[in-house]
Amino acid sequence: MDQFTINLLFVGASFALYIGIAIWARAGSTSEFYAAGRGVHPVTNGMATAADWMSAASFLSMAGLIAFTGYDNSAYLMGWTGGYVLLALLLAPYLRKFGKFTVSEFIGDRFYSPTARLVAVICLIIASTTYVIGQMTGVGVAFGRFLEVSSTTGLLIGAVIVFAYAVFGGMKGVTYTQVAQYIVLILAYTIPAIFISLQLTGNPIPGLGLFGTDQASGEPLLAKLDQIVRELGFGEYTAHNGDTLNMVLFTLSLMIGTAGLPHVIMRFFTVPKVADARWSAGWALVFIALLYLTAPAVGAMARLNITQQFWPEGTAGQAVSLEQIESDPAYDWMATWQQTGLLGWEDLNGDGRIQYYNDKNAAMQEKATAEGWAGNELTNFNNDILVLANPEIANLPSWVIGLVAAGGLAAALSTAAGLLLAISSAVSHDLIKGQINPAISEKGELLSARIAMAVAIAVATWLGLNPPGFAAQTVALAFGLAAASIFPALMMGIFSKVNNKGAVAGMLSGLIVTLLYIFLHKGWFFIPDTNSFTDADPLLGTIKSTSFGAVGALVNFAVAFTVSAMTKPIPQEISELVESVRVPRGAGAAQDH
Amino acid sequence: MADQSTHHAHGAEEAGKAYWSANLRLIFISLIIWALCSFGFGILLRPMLSGIAVGGSDLGFWFAQQGSIIVFLALIFFYAWRMNKLDREYGVDEE
Repeated sequence: MDQFTINLLFVGASFALYIGIAIWARAGSTSEFYAAGRGVHPVTNGMATAADWMSAASFLSMAGLIAFTGYDNSAYLMGWTGGYVLLALLLAPYLRKFGKFTVSEFIGDRFYSPTARLVAVICLIIASTTYVIGQMTGVGVAFGRFLEVSSTTGLLIGAVIVFAYAVFGGMKGVTYTQVAQYIVLILAYTIPAIFISLQLTGNPIPGLGLFGTDQASGEPLLAKLDQIVRELGFGEYTAHNGDTLNMVLFTLSLMIGTAGLPHVIMRFFTVPKVADARWSAGWALVFIALLYLTAPAVGAMARLNITQQFWPEGTAGQAVSLEQIESDPAYDWMATWQQTGLLGWEDLNGDGRIQYYNDKNAAMQEKATAEGWAGNELTNFNNDILVLANPEIANLPSWVIGLVAAGGLAAALSTAAGLLLAISSAVSHDLIKGQINPAISEKGELLSARIAMAVAIAVATWLGLNPPGFAAQTVALAFGLAAASIFPALMMGIFSKVNNKGAVAGMLSGLIVTLLYIFLHKGWFFIPDTNSFTDADPLLGTIKSTSFGAVGALVNFAVAFTVSAMTKPIPQEISELVESVRVPRGAGAAQDH
Repeated sequence: MADQSTHHAHGAEEAGKAYWSANLRLIFISLIIWALCSFGFGILLRPMLSGIAVGGSDLGFWFAQQGSIIVFLALIFFYAWRMNKLDREYGVDEE
């Protein structure tokens, strides 16, 4: 059986599994659609939250960004897990006590203002749409490879499937489907990592293998990796090559953003008790950590494997020959990925070999002149392909490759569909029914939800064709927007007595400065070539657009406190609401209105 | 603290304040540890820890890639356990 058929089998079987579970679980629980978490064990709920949360950015993109940058991209690892601490300590138990279903409802009630609710909805829509663009990039990569077409065709096919997936809807609310998706996703991520860790280090646990010994050379794996990338003129893998301030702000933006994204927060509204809300965040992080402790090993080991494939005799010997790339089955992955347009190489100096090195490095330029090299001949290696290509590069069995394809699609589709549902309910429920036309019929509400979803996916697909960055980078922008707008409002709502005007002014200023900063660097509305600055040479010092969310959050806090101090204090009943949110007793069940 | 519920209104208000400040203290300590392990050991203090070797790299690298995540997990479970206990001590837990 060829690889294409095996991929099709694995992807088909996993989809059949999700749909089967959705149908099976649906019968008894349609009425409890919103309260999918209730009556479910916190461990099960944690697994479902992990599936909801880990998207194409975590699964497909993150390890690739770590592999090609090294230590500096540890920000992704710390940022996307550290946010759960903020969620568990600062938000989850109190929002559960408050007992409503959406983030914008909390903001509207706590700040006794329909305007605050409207602003919150706008912030959520902007952050979620940006998030979907990142997912669509990942969907394009996964479908492109799996159907052996270009990533653009893959993206268009993927968009149709995501839309169908989200419209059927049941996928989102049914906890057990997400549990199945988590299991597929985590197996698909860890099994190839275990194989590769065994090959390289002899240690079956990738997270430990990362700090183990490279069996081929007898040296520690990381020391070996540092050495070979240094010899090719790249920055050392474990060294801090970037800017410290930017790394701190980037990590902080991802952390705060995690605690400000609606589709994650929503899961804590529906746990049975306040005490469970505290535990649930912990269980979610347990299941997320299984992937996140493996990801740095995947990145480092893949970088080592790839570099050694291009320099089979070591960095001092000859580069790999074109003839070997064409004839040796170990290099088959290169031809496969070339079809997607995400991998490219060219024999610039016509010596029949592909030299892969850093041609921007002065010492390497000297060496290149002496050896007759004409620049880096691995002309294109899209970081987003690394996780999917990894099992092929390591020559793992066909079934492992099929499993990874299924896992990548599970990650991208579940989150994309979840976000589209969040956007459509924000438009139809919070915006149209809540603000514009409260008398709208149920049918009309449903129709507007579908239209909102179609518009969101069309926008995301169009922008996904020319994405502002790799999947995880685009998703990082979404986190920056959530960090600057939603998180400060929620936190001030619980821990301070900031008033309505303060909250509205804070959210708007945080959102606007962050959005401006992003558009100035990534192009207006992410349209290519409309940017005035680049992240290589940013407007403010060393702060890249992906790191600006933390600054936006500071602006939000500062403006909110200032405006609040100058305007009328909050009424007595809101003060009592804040006091009551702070104690668990009397929580009762969450309710919709 | 078992007799909280028998206190008159003034006492209950005092207890409420004590509960909230105990919570804030716990959050404050937890967030210091949270920041120390990620921004501290993982980034800013890494040069100071560079002498401590961990499998081919140093302790700061380990904290940035794995150590901080393990500490985050421990922190969330510690906070949940401690707060749920505090709820019962102050009689504000859900029945």
